[in-house]
Amino acid sequence: MAQRIAVRKTPKLFIGGAFARSESGRTFPYERDGRVVQVARASRKDVRDAVRAARAAWPAWRDRTGYNRGQIIYRLAELMESRRSQFADALELAGRSGVAAQREVDAAIDRAVWYAGWCDKIEQVLSTKNPVGINHFNVSSPEPTGVVGIIAPRSPALLGLISTIVPTLCGGNTAVVVASQDDPLSAVALAEALATSDVPSGVVNILTGYRDEITLPLASHMDVNALDLWIADAALDEQAATAACANVKRVRRNGEPKQEFWLTARAQAPQWIESFMEIKTVWHPAGV
Amino acid sequence: MATPKRVKPKKAAKIRTLTSGNGKARLLVTAPSASVWEYAPAPEGHDYLKLRDRYELFIGGKFVVPKERRYFPTINPANERTLAHVAHAGKADVAAAVNAARAAYDRYWRRCTPASRAKYLYRIARAITERSRELAVLESMDGGKPIRESRDVDIPLAAAHFFYYAGWADKLEWAFPNTQPQPLGVAGQIIPWNFPLLMAAWKIAPALACGNTVVLKPAETTPLTALWLAEIIQEADLPPGVVNIITGGGETGAQLVVQPGVDKIAFTGSTDVGKQIARECARLQRHLTLELGGKAANIIFDDAALDQAVEGIINGIFFNQGHVCCAGSRLLVQESVHDLVIEKLYRRMQTLRVGEPLDKNTDVGAINSKAQLQKIESLAASGEEAGCTRYETQCALPQRGFWFRPTFFTGVALSHRIAREEIFGPVLSVMTFRTPDEAVEKANNTPYGLSAGVWTDKGSKNFKIASQLRAGVVWGNTFNKFDPSSPFGGYKESGFGREGGLHGLRPYLAAH
Amino acid sequence: MAFVPVDAVGLEERAAQLGTRSIKKQAKVVGLRLAIACMDLTTLEGKDTPGRVAQLCRKAITPDTADETVPAVAAVCIYPNLVAAAKQALRNSPVKIASVATAFPAGLAPLDVKLQEAREAVAAGADEIDMVIDRGAFLSGRYAQVAQEIAAVKSTCQPALLKVILETGELVTYDNVRRASWLAMEAGADFIKTSTGKVNPAATLPVALTMLEAARDFESRTGRAVGVKVAGGVRTAKQALQFLVLVKETRGDAYLDPQYFRIGASSLLNDILMQLVKERTGAYQSEDYFTKD
Repeated sequence: MAQRIAVRKTPKLFIGGAFARSESGRTFPYERDGRVVQVARASRKDVRDAVRAARAAWPAWRDRTGYNRGQIIYRLAELMESRRSQFADALELAGRSGVAAQREVDAAIDRAVWYAGWCDKIEQVLSTKNPVGINHFNVSSPEPTGVVGIIAPRSPALLGLISTIVPTLCGGNTAVVVASQDDPLSAVALAEALATSDVPSGVVNILTGYRDEITLPLASHMDVNALDLWIADAALDEQAATAACANVKRVRRNGEPKQEFWLTARAQAPQWIESFMEIKTVWHPAGV
Repeated sequence: MATPKRVKPKKAAKIRTLTSGNGKARLLVTAPSASVWEYAPAPEGHDYLKLRDRYELFIGGKFVVPKERRYFPTINPANERTLAHVAHAGKADVAAAVNAARAAYDRYWRRCTPASRAKYLYRIARAITERSRELAVLESMDGGKPIRESRDVDIPLAAAHFFYYAGWADKLEWAFPNTQPQPLGVAGQIIPWNFPLLMAAWKIAPALACGNTVVLKPAETTPLTALWLAEIIQEADLPPGVVNIITGGGETGAQLVVQPGVDKIAFTGSTDVGKQIARECARLQRHLTLELGGKAANIIFDDAALDQAVEGIINGIFFNQGHVCCAGSRLLVQESVHDLVIEKLYRRMQTLRVGEPLDKNTDVGAINSKAQLQKIESLAASGEEAGCTRYETQCALPQRGFWFRPTFFTGVALSHRIAREEIFGPVLSVMTFRTPDEAVEKANNTPYGLSAGVWTDKGSKNFKIASQLRAGVVWGNTFNKFDPSSPFGGYKESGFGREGGLHGLRPYLAAH
Repeated sequence: MAFVPVDAVGLEERAAQLGTRSIKKQAKVVGLRLAIACMDLTTLEGKDTPGRVAQLCRKAITPDTADETVPAVAAVCIYPNLVAAAKQALRNSPVKIASVATAFPAGLAPLDVKLQEAREAVAAGADEIDMVIDRGAFLSGRYAQVAQEIAAVKSTCQPALLKVILETGELVTYDNVRRASWLAMEAGADFIKTSTGKVNPAATLPVALTMLEAARDFESRTGRAVGVKVAGGVRTAKQALQFLVLVKETRGDAYLDPQYFRIGASSLLNDILMQLVKERTGAYQSEDYFTKD
């Protein structure tokens, strides 16, 4: 009996809610298990398009209630749960053991659920009503920064993506993400989960490709408000942080923590949301 | 379910004088003209709703027969038909429920990881949303409130409450930094009949999020949505005994308050019963939170956005037939705009549609019970006896069921019973004031302190008045707004403790 | 009661609540027929021709040749140059002719040119004039100028009925809509109208509610009943019914009449006809079965 011929997927970029090849038409080889998968190789123009999509999606995302964002992220977790095997397969292909892959998938889904519950609480925890005097009402509260560029952790690929993307979304921001080069298929699986979730188009954009090609275009883009850098290479890290200064981006330089870090309490905290929010203080007189 | 017949208004000539209920000619207003366009009945379909004849108690994760095998009927107040019979929980049942809650707490709930507690609560939230339409229909049938309200307000808020508190379960260290928040143990919770499912959500969600287990006693006249919630909880695979729901009358609640093994009592209901419960809890040294009655002032200044302010008055006192603890039952209107506001209010009141709760166009439903109707009628009569002028929505009322026309009285003084006592019905008492401090003084001149409304387009005035009002919730240029993230609760005899928001966690955690 | 502020949040909530009224069966049929009777069937395109207008007028008189119970529309609404063609096509019918004028839609032409245009439209046979206010003047605070222009057009086009287009999409705030409504009514408008249909957003429920409240209060104050016309973006039968609900519950049933309420629309008519047939037969309809005159 002839063996069934499998239908092979073309891994593409995820921009503006749609899957597209790089405008350059280029791919890069991801070789595993004796087979080569040609993965889309994002160019600087793809970075430009992704930022445009993230910017366009931002006002509507920002204006949703915290509750609504929380529901959407919870729904993402629901869809991730139903895609467990796809995530585990990608992780195993990248080299994780079966057990470690399951653990990472569990942790990623549970982390999404955890952050979903912050969307309508972060404001309460970070806001203050300030005792400036009885004649004025004064309140400080956090607001979203805007478009955040994320150079995602090399490893763990899936947990690293969730740990960086979701808190950014909780804060009302939109994201352009440069995926791990070591495991691009986990990023594609997450993009598919995003595409079928209620996360609106353009809120998360995921680019696979060579990190040393697309990091600087993102870091220097004048319409990106913040950068979340998880770069092991010190030279590239510094270049990115320096390029970011042109429009005074908020930059968080994280390097590459040890793998154990990702399952600790420090890896899951409201501070990760807080970094990419701005504090607005409003005064108003109180008098008849 | 027959739609009540509406009497067609006679084709009246356009008269210029509005004659009030007791014969005093008052305002210059055009009388409503004959109807050119009647809305057809728009009944919410409910054939798919399968009600059982009999409902048992939910104890230890199962539906169990009450020890004394006593049951009582629950009726639809819009037509007085019996919907089902529910179990009466006697002393032995209360004990069983508390023991189940205690066992669940000791054996697994206090050991359950906070993240797992969160996931259970998320499941319940989602399940409520999935079954929201049938829950809304059931709520309207059992309690009398319009389907539009149960569909658009009660059920969505109930789901939202569970969703909001689910998120706090594993984040308590950020709610109260530098403490190790611990649950109290077993919470006994007694809720009223005005927002049955919503009140159940307000009680259960924060209690569970903080790691407590619960025995809930729904109101006697509105047990059904709580029993549906019990099914949802069972389907969510919540560990048995974490939530127990025992139906019954006042005695069931009284027994729960004093039952050994309960660490905390939460009560929403009348101030009189609240005081009795407080005395028992003082004797037994039990943790307690109370959410009691109110007589809220809705203050309208001459610089308010008047049409929206009138909407706020209507919403404040006629929403849910006025069965709202935080209802804006006293209108304090600046004297210079009194006549104008009354004219607008009277005219707006005439468009209120009173009738079959399951009709999607109904604005004002049935009064929850005969007993409540009698209370309302008696207090309204006192308003007439006191010489106040009475105005009503001109409408026919259905033959069967418990109904009261939306009503307001003008010429009310603070000393009148209708200005001091909580009516808990669609009756508004109107008083005037001249200056902001007089408004504040009159608003605060009550033993209650649950809520208040301030209507002025001037921002500074809004902030200033809000800071001077002795009320737990101040609504500026709006009214009757609720959100799970917004703390709700009263000053003075309206109770203590807050529900909703970060502050709503506090009552379910040990002090240090 | 010179100026009453409008709270946007409260207003939008009330409008949304009224928009949830459920209009079923016979009430729906009655409402849809009322909507047709109150319609100004409109064509306002640079490419309009006498031929186009003649066909529109046939549709205006008999919207559904298969159903005699469907009433004629209240009026057709066209550019001044086409009034003569409309007059010919509508002779022996109850349908009125409304002509836009005063340099519609922008309204930025010298006053004498605007008045001349209105004068000629009336001479050609227009029963009603739909004028635009000078939004530039309004937004820069020259209220007296805006009022004077309205009064001038009113006296020029007597005895034709004057509808004053506020272009609410450019006024943006409800406070402005209220203020402009009051100003127009004081200056003599017979109707206040939301939009030209060339700017988005146009007729929304909250905007219409603001104007209906203003008209109701104006009548309380002065005894004069001014009509309200919603135009621009009203495409579906559902929307039409929502506007009728607003009129009924704000001013009263007596105002559900072309004398006090109009809907300016074009594709709306066929959507209403489709709904009427659906109510009668129970089946959802297709556009293929309704003529696009």
